[in-house]
Amino acid sequence: MAVPDKKPVIATDEFIKGLWRENPVFVQVLGMCPVLAVTNTAMNAIAMGLATSFVMLMSNTLVSTLRNFIPRQVRIATYILIIATFVTIVDYAIEAISLELHKSLGAFISLIVVNCLILGRAEAFASKHTVRIAIVDALGMGVGFTLALLCLGGVREIFGEGALFGIALFPDGFEPWIVMILPSGGFFTLAGWLLLINYMQQRKQRSLAAAEEVTQ
Amino acid sequence: MSVATATPTWPMYRTLVGVGMLCGLLIAITFQGTRPVIERNRAEALQKAVFAVLPSASRSATFLVTPDGDFVPDTDAPGERVYAGFDDSGQLVGVAIETAGMGYADTMTILYGYAPQQEAIVGIRVLTSKETPGLGDKIETDPAFLENFVALDVSLDESGTALRNTIQTVKKGQKTDAWQIDGITGATISSVAIGDMLAASSARWVPAIHAQLDQFKTGDDSGGS
Amino acid sequence: MNEQPLWSIFVNAALVNNFVLAYFLGICPFMGVSAKVETAARMGGAVMFVMLVSSMCAYGIHHVLIMIGVPFLELIAFIAVIASTVQLVEMFIKKMSPALFRALGIFLPLITTNCAILGLALFQTNKGYGFVQSIFYALGAGVGFTLALVLMAGIREKLELASMPDFVSGTASALIIAGILSLTFMGFAGLGA
Repeated sequence: MAVPDKKPVIATDEFIKGLWRENPVFVQVLGMCPVLAVTNTAMNAIAMGLATSFVMLMSNTLVSTLRNFIPRQVRIATYILIIATFVTIVDYAIEAISLELHKSLGAFISLIVVNCLILGRAEAFASKHTVRIAIVDALGMGVGFTLALLCLGGVREIFGEGALFGIALFPDGFEPWIVMILPSGGFFTLAGWLLLINYMQQRKQRSLAAAEEVTQ
Repeated sequence: MSVATATPTWPMYRTLVGVGMLCGLLIAITFQGTRPVIERNRAEALQKAVFAVLPSASRSATFLVTPDGDFVPDTDAPGERVYAGFDDSGQLVGVAIETAGMGYADTMTILYGYAPQQEAIVGIRVLTSKETPGLGDKIETDPAFLENFVALDVSLDESGTALRNTIQTVKKGQKTDAWQIDGITGATISSVAIGDMLAASSARWVPAIHAQLDQFKTGDDSGGS
Repeated sequence: MNEQPLWSIFVNAALVNNFVLAYFLGICPFMGVSAKVETAARMGGAVMFVMLVSSMCAYGIHHVLIMIGVPFLELIAFIAVIASTVQLVEMFIKKMSPALFRALGIFLPLITTNCAILGLALFQTNKGYGFVQSIFYALGAGVGFTLALVLMAGIREKLELASMPDFVSGTASALIIAGILSLTFMGFAGLGA
């Protein structure tokens, strides 16, 4: 990452850099607003993931293409303009493809525009690299993002409705855990995944530290 | 990284305006391109809903309500709309009306079918609702509840300007009259909301539609596909 | 929908369908600024102000765009207005209270990407609220947001003194608290009916 300015001129500069300073907790939580809301089923989760990935891909491409023409002072405004454009396009595209899906996702498609992940990639990466690399970056982030959403949506749908993608998994006697489809379920599921990941990381660190001690 | 002292304003304007125009163009193209598809989808979805609440209807036509309260074939003018359903022989089966009201969690909209012949509501369909899954959303799935809407009485009184009885939701199992709705245990507020919405809407529309029944002709051109 | 009484709109936005705990909007500042009650309260206040202004502008924009026949520019217009309002609020706070400005730090410009504000504009447009209804909706949403933030901050302040396993502390515990708070707020359901 570039050496940070000694004297940030505008507060927005500072906020973008602060956004992406090494703080995984921060980064992990930041793209989450529209995400938690539409992961009540696996289908919605994938649709949201793909929509976000599309927007990220297109905006990364355009930002990278125009990177030498965007003066520093107006770059955030320009990025937001570009992102909002593709979000609007995705919104109409989804409405044309499937009215049902558009209804379930609702206003959250439009909320992709404030997904800090996309703005962050545009600022931290696309504006500094060639188009080809920017595309690769967007694809990578998009896939990772979609997979994470799928983990959330899948778990919530399996336990909350006893089905996955609408296909029933359990025999009739299964009493679904309604809480999973409710907002609380979203929080708990995400917490669950984070707990698991943190725990595994902790174990890895501990075993690494133990191994080091042995070799010393 | 060198810090420019002051970026001249022209490149800034040029970028913003240029990018702005490019973006505007992209959006406009997409909008125009998807418009026909979206309109078609919407019309299809509406028609499906109308057929669902007016069983035995095979064609539908939209009617606009003028500020004077007249029902005329649909135009682009702003205003409320109702949807008439016709059977194969072109006879009017009924009129589907959309209404909205406050449910338990949030506003919900429903479409219901009024059949003048039977002087009853013959079907309802929940269009949007945010009721609690597993509880309030039973209004969409509970067979006993849906039974209420096969022939919900909305007959008019002698003057023809008001309903004889107001639709009312009662506790499950206590339904005695044809204009009452058996509620759902555990989803009281949601079922009462449906009852209230239907009561208010039918009180407004049923007399009005009944008075202008001959307005609802087949209207082949503006009919459904 | 349009006949919803004002008090119902307010209560619904603040408690029954709390923007943070029911709609998952504004999670970013919710997780980030809720460590101290005082900062949380001030952030809530700033957000409420931006919400009010944005709500009024959104109403105007929506109707103007429909009049000139370019509804597809709505999203861009909304975000532009929100960004400008935040900029104004930032300058205002910087002048009025540099200490608060420093305390809020990064989170002030972050309000621009606060899903709650854009969400507010989008929801009120979808629901077809009138001008006064929109104002009450914005007030309710702002109060609800501040409430959720302050509650969270209070709990987290206390939790700092509790001992818990390493992998639980931090975001994971915050999310669990949020989940429990969300469940609690479900108790308000039916209030607006």
